[in-house]
Amino acid sequence: MLSKKEKKLIKEMWERLTPVAEDIGSEALLRMFASYPGTKTYFSHLDISPGSAHLSSHGKKIVLAIAEGAKDISQLTVTLAPLQTLHAYQLRIDPTNFKLLSHCMLVTLACYLGSEFTPVAHAAMDKFLSAFAAVLSEKYR
Amino acid sequence: MVKWSDFERAAIQDIFSKINYDVVGCAALSRCLIVYPWTQRYFGSFGNLYNAAAITSNPKVAAHGKVIMAGLEKAVKNMDDIKTTYKDLSVLHSEKLQVDPDNFNLLADCLTIVVAGQMGAAFTPEVHGAFQKFLAVVVASLRKQYH
Repeated sequence: MLSKKEKKLIKEMWERLTPVAEDIGSEALLRMFASYPGTKTYFSHLDISPGSAHLSSHGKKIVLAIAEGAKDISQLTVTLAPLQTLHAYQLRIDPTNFKLLSHCMLVTLACYLGSEFTPVAHAAMDKFLSAFAAVLSEKYR
Repeated sequence: MVKWSDFERAAIQDIFSKINYDVVGCAALSRCLIVYPWTQRYFGSFGNLYNAAAITSNPKVAAHGKVIMAGLEKAVKNMDDIKTTYKDLSVLHSEKLQVDPDNFNLLADCLTIVVAGQMGAAFTPEVHGAFQKFLAVVVASLRKQYH
């Protein structure tokens, strides 16, 4: 469960990260492909080499969607409704992979924010990303 | 037997030569206890773990962080046979400490994040990948003697 304080912290953090959405997003994806090669199987239709246009635009898309969810965490199910449908019926990404991307997102934030990514911020972010992933997989079955 | 590329071997040795064991061990264990509070179940004798500040300043957490890093160093020095190196540690965790092995992944994730925070941009996706592979082997070796 996210406390009021944590929701505020999450919202502020993602507001700050929105301008660098492309960098954060593409780096998180690259980390995931490097650490968990099985995840590459979902991207056979894109060029996911470092620095590619596909990687940047896709990374940006993901970060902006997360930032949008962070604006009003109590409304996650409403905000994510279209993405729920997309993931359940079209993309059909196995939800265990959401955990892998979340972890790589946290590592990216740690590299980017250094000591500012305190244990408290880390805990809040991990809880938020878990909640986000859970809502995203709600329509799967 | 695990096959390590030259890059992976060098990356792991490099990381462990650069990080401050005292700082990293304590920080990783603290994060684990803060981010995944149910892991506190194994540390009943550690005293005050009531909030993040208490955990990060708890001397028993710091001391145990060092113990963990010493254990990891054994793996770094014996990368070609971590399984055998960790046989007794695995028995210890399964039979005496009775730790649910899924927790090893939680600590491994926290350790990765702490190292990332310390190394910043030097912790590239490739270096990160090598580190995750190393930790995966460590975790698998620790799980080996659970029956």
